[in-house]
Amino acid sequence: MIRFQNVSKTFRRARVLDGIDLEIGLGERVALIGSNGAGKTTLIRCLLGEYIHDGTVTIADREPRRHRTEVLGTIGFVPQLPPPLKMPVGQLIDFSASLCGTDAARIHDIAGRLGLDTAPILDRQFVRLSGGMKQKILIAIALGRQAKVLVMDEPAANLDPEARKIFFELLAERQNDATMLISSHRLNEVSTLVNRVIELDMGKVVLDDKVADDVSLSGLLACRVTTKRPEPALAKALTTWNFRDVADDGTAWEGEVAGPDRLRFVGMISRYVAVIDHVSLTEKAE
Amino acid sequence: MKQLWLTAKLDIVESLRARWFQIYTLVFGGIVALLFLFGLTESRVLGFIGLSRLLVTYIQLTMAILPIFVLITTVRSVAGDREAGVFEYLLSLPVSLSAWFWGKIVGRYLVIFAPVFLAMVASVVIAIAMGIEVPWNMFGYYTALLAAMAACFLGIGMLISALARSTDMAQGAAFMVWLTLLLFLDLILLGVMIQGKVAPEVAVGVALANPLQVFRTAALALFDPQLIVLGPSAFVILDAFGAAGYMVFALAYPAILGVGAAFLGYQIFRRGDLP
Repeated sequence: MIRFQNVSKTFRRARVLDGIDLEIGLGERVALIGSNGAGKTTLIRCLLGEYIHDGTVTIADREPRRHRTEVLGTIGFVPQLPPPLKMPVGQLIDFSASLCGTDAARIHDIAGRLGLDTAPILDRQFVRLSGGMKQKILIAIALGRQAKVLVMDEPAANLDPEARKIFFELLAERQNDATMLISSHRLNEVSTLVNRVIELDMGKVVLDDKVADDVSLSGLLACRVTTKRPEPALAKALTTWNFRDVADDGTAWEGEVAGPDRLRFVGMISRYVAVIDHVSLTEKAE
Repeated sequence: MKQLWLTAKLDIVESLRARWFQIYTLVFGGIVALLFLFGLTESRVLGFIGLSRLLVTYIQLTMAILPIFVLITTVRSVAGDREAGVFEYLLSLPVSLSAWFWGKIVGRYLVIFAPVFLAMVASVVIAIAMGIEVPWNMFGYYTALLAAMAACFLGIGMLISALARSTDMAQGAAFMVWLTLLLFLDLILLGVMIQGKVAPEVAVGVALANPLQVFRTAALALFDPQLIVLGPSAFVILDAFGAAGYMVFALAYPAILGVGAAFLGYQIFRRGDLP
């Protein structure tokens, strides 16, 4: 599906990618990790045909730079930083839909599933939306078409827990017919989403490993948290995860956590470990 | 073609919302309003009166403002978009590089030409309403001259944007280009060159290569067909082209220069890193 053959990229004298050889097959969900300057963004830009480079990059045996429209028509891309576009949201959606040959209604529909009603913001400038709204629009544009490759740079970083849950469901719907490349600084942000991890350092692949694929993208965990005493900060955090105060005094909480979000949830709750009495996470039947 | 028009439309909408466009429109609309307000249609210079006097003044003012405005706003927005990550995202969509580049040029051309043209149209409408005779030949030629001027500086602006890797560098280069062209106007460096015993052919050659000077001379040629105000250089120009020939040259040369610069810019753009 995706093949990097001896790909190198040099900016002036700095070698940012150094002889990358990779093959990524259909249906693989790859975490592309590495510290700042490791070469993740450069690799993605080479894949999108935006950088000239040594070596070859092909998607389904076609080079993105030479066959731009055909290749990019099969790629859905979500950047880490939303572009500061002054155009209205409606025009961005129509523009993208026209170029990608998809129905704009599909993009609106996915944005709606992510919890963003596009109707009231169609005339608003994209750049004036909140970080979360921008992210939802960009995800909706990437997923609102028949993309064979999804390239996402920290895609869930600005989403609230509920939107993340829907986002994982949307990815689950595509996992059998699309290849996913998810870039992140930290593995724990994306580890439960992927079945392969590629780590870059100084422009080279330093780790390429398959990981256990036991976490269902659309799975849910039933969760119960009890505390020794009411803790307002924890109550606020759990409310953002849509948990219910079942004891009515702030000491017992119940809710659902999306399967791929379990690490993030545990990370969040660990900050309040001093007041936590009991935590249980039970996988629900799908 | 669909991709090109989509990109052009996108650029038009982005420009219409930009502050530079509002100032740009206000400047040219304001010039026409002020010229009417100060009764320029009633004054007389070199036998010109009425709307022709206003149009001559308008085209002279436009020649001073439009080039630097087009150069700076083009390089600022194109290089600025690249720096801000707009290119990274929009060029990840399935649009061909030619449709993107030429679509941007078409959209921007319409945006920069429309206000200067509409200001001229407004002056004609006001003149008709006030019962002032409209010099249609002059109106037609000046419209063509503005169209050529806009194409010329837009093309140069796009070339600079393709070459420069940062907004600061692009702005600096655009300013230097404008300053160089300004220095080689007849009143400044050309006068110094002639005083310094440089061959007149060289001075006239430089003047003919300078699009700013070409526009100035062509605008003068309409109400001074013998180009008396240009002095001896008029002989060379009129001998080489004739009055009508020069007016055609003044439209064709800057337009070709602009399209040539844009084409060179496109070649650089498509062969380099996009974001």
